[in-house]
Amino acid sequence: MNESICLLEAVNLALARALEDDPEVILFGEDIGHNGGVFRATDGLAKRFGAHRVVDTPLAENMIAGTAVGMASQGLRPVVEIQFMGFIFPALEQLISHAARLHHRTRGRLSCPMVLRAPYGGGIHAPEHHSESTEALLAHIPGLRVLIPSSPARAYGMLLGAIRCDDPVIFLEPKRIYRASKTLVEDSGAALPIDRCFTLREGAALSLISYGAMIPECLAAADNLAERGIDCEVIDVASLNPIDYDTLLASVSKTGRAVIVHEAPGKGGVGADISAVLNEQLWGQMRAPVMRVTGLDTVMPYYRNEQHYLPGVSDILDAVDKSLEAGRNEILQATGSG
Amino acid sequence: MRETVFKTEIGLTHYLSADGEPLGELPGWSHEPEPLTGYYRWMVLARQFDQKAVALQRTGQLGTYASSLGAEAIDVVTGHLMTPEDILVPYYRDHILQMIRGTPMCDLLLYWGGDERGNASPGMGRDLPNAVPIATQTLHAAGVAAALKYRHQPHATVCLCGDGATSKGDFAEALNLAGVWHLPLVMIVNNNQWAISVPRHLQCAAPTLAQKAIAAGVPAEQVDGNDPIALHEVVEYALQRARAGKGPTLIEALSYRLSDHTTADDASRYRGPDQLKEAWRKEPLRRLRQYLVNLGYWDESRERQCLDEAQQQVQRAVEEYLSTPPEPVESMFQYLYAEMPDQLRDQIEMARVRGGGDL
Repeated sequence: MNESICLLEAVNLALARALEDDPEVILFGEDIGHNGGVFRATDGLAKRFGAHRVVDTPLAENMIAGTAVGMASQGLRPVVEIQFMGFIFPALEQLISHAARLHHRTRGRLSCPMVLRAPYGGGIHAPEHHSESTEALLAHIPGLRVLIPSSPARAYGMLLGAIRCDDPVIFLEPKRIYRASKTLVEDSGAALPIDRCFTLREGAALSLISYGAMIPECLAAADNLAERGIDCEVIDVASLNPIDYDTLLASVSKTGRAVIVHEAPGKGGVGADISAVLNEQLWGQMRAPVMRVTGLDTVMPYYRNEQHYLPGVSDILDAVDKSLEAGRNEILQATGSG
Repeated sequence: MRETVFKTEIGLTHYLSADGEPLGELPGWSHEPEPLTGYYRWMVLARQFDQKAVALQRTGQLGTYASSLGAEAIDVVTGHLMTPEDILVPYYRDHILQMIRGTPMCDLLLYWGGDERGNASPGMGRDLPNAVPIATQTLHAAGVAAALKYRHQPHATVCLCGDGATSKGDFAEALNLAGVWHLPLVMIVNNNQWAISVPRHLQCAAPTLAQKAIAAGVPAEQVDGNDPIALHEVVEYALQRARAGKGPTLIEALSYRLSDHTTADDASRYRGPDQLKEAWRKEPLRRLRQYLVNLGYWDESRERQCLDEAQQQVQRAVEEYLSTPPEPVESMFQYLYAEMPDQLRDQIEMARVRGGGDL
């Protein structure tokens, strides 16, 4: 069955496919059963697969994560939902101290094939604690996989890849683009790789590196630049841990310029890590310093001011211009003109 | 008008006095030599292992170690009543229980000797390894029990924790879920009266810890944790309930931590000798030995032989442990994910150089 669906519907489609294909897949979380989740990501699944496979839990995020660890230790594949990323913090101890380490500390005797889904990010005029992007906290932890899709097709394929993976996966869904656009997604049951970047647009002038809800912004910026005759490469990092540095390094060694975009604060962020690796590996080949366009180093504002916090196309274009300008100065200096 | 909508009571089961004398009528099985002499032999082995582990730590041959002194009856009885198909979710004082479940002593020493292979023992089956962050394992146990129930497997999950753990949200959350999902879970609180330096009365104002389960709709019992007959009765009943699909049970086993919290602790800083002396009078080995001697099932020569065998067994394990070389350095990376990401491969050599290149 092929039809045009939004990212949220793609999540639902992948969950249904996983439940259909594998009796060891079990979904649980707050309000995910009868109600279908507060965003409707699990809409209809309890009715279709039964309340024993799509299960409402008591209200305790730490419990959801810890119970998933226990289930997964016995070989089940729990896919659990944390309602908003702002409520993930009680679950961090279980994710960091147990999920991430179970396979490692038992030397493979036990593993932890769980997926923890959570919507993240701002831009939908949500209440306090409903708009944060704290993915860097999780991407920092060895043993966790952290994925963020940026299109319906990638949401479908990466979620299936996550559920079939034997490692614990944090699957963060960019809720700002949950319903932003519909594209054709084939319900083929095929997983996408979960340890690779996706090159969404090829170009030689500059590498735009991003993920999640900032990908549409980057693609819009790239369209704008193309009108000016500047061809940018746009790369969706997709997996924040581990990061596919091979693809990023190949792109930036070709373009010599990189602008990294994410809505999380810049300090200690995923962009800082990517920037550091580009500098370590490509020093001498860079034509301009790596630029970052990120959320600001302050508390996510309530929604009346969130547009002042979140990066947009014009911020990306400014950073691209600075990068191109820096390179130009260097070329001018090297050739002795100007 | 006001009416009572809920009333409850917590029972305490005990059969033997501190001196091993029956407090009343005993269960029929306890008049036979087995399983009680078997329990006693394991308790002797447990104490020999424990003494040796502490001695190894004191001489720099083992890392920080959490003694099981005083917990022997709880672990030995529970270990014997569990079937291989039941799943154990231990806390860090359950070496004996792990041993009875099939983990070789050498592997237990490896764990406390700073070697992850101690958690990899094939003898552990699907049991969880020790959980160090307090009470976190109670939620794993709920998940394990949920897996058993989901697969319609008629087995029990057994989880242990200390009295300190009952103050954490994890404990309440696990019981809450076990109640509402009707999970095949036996939660045993080893209430040894101390959470490092904090005594029981500063941990919780409730008269029993067992009653915390009542709030979650889970039946709860207290049992004398130094009384193997009482433990056998209470734990067996809870296990059968779980296996029969009748839901979870909380058991608060009253014991006393006869040791320091760990080898890094000095309990004389916070508790006086009188309380400890009184606790030694009630300890489980002396109690069971006295009971078995009174029945004619145990005597001086059996005791000497049992002790000799235990010491030899421990000594062999220590030798095996001490002669086990460290794990190759790539083990730091090779188990982090099901498949090693390429970028970690580059760090294996860094780790090798950092350690002096001798692995």
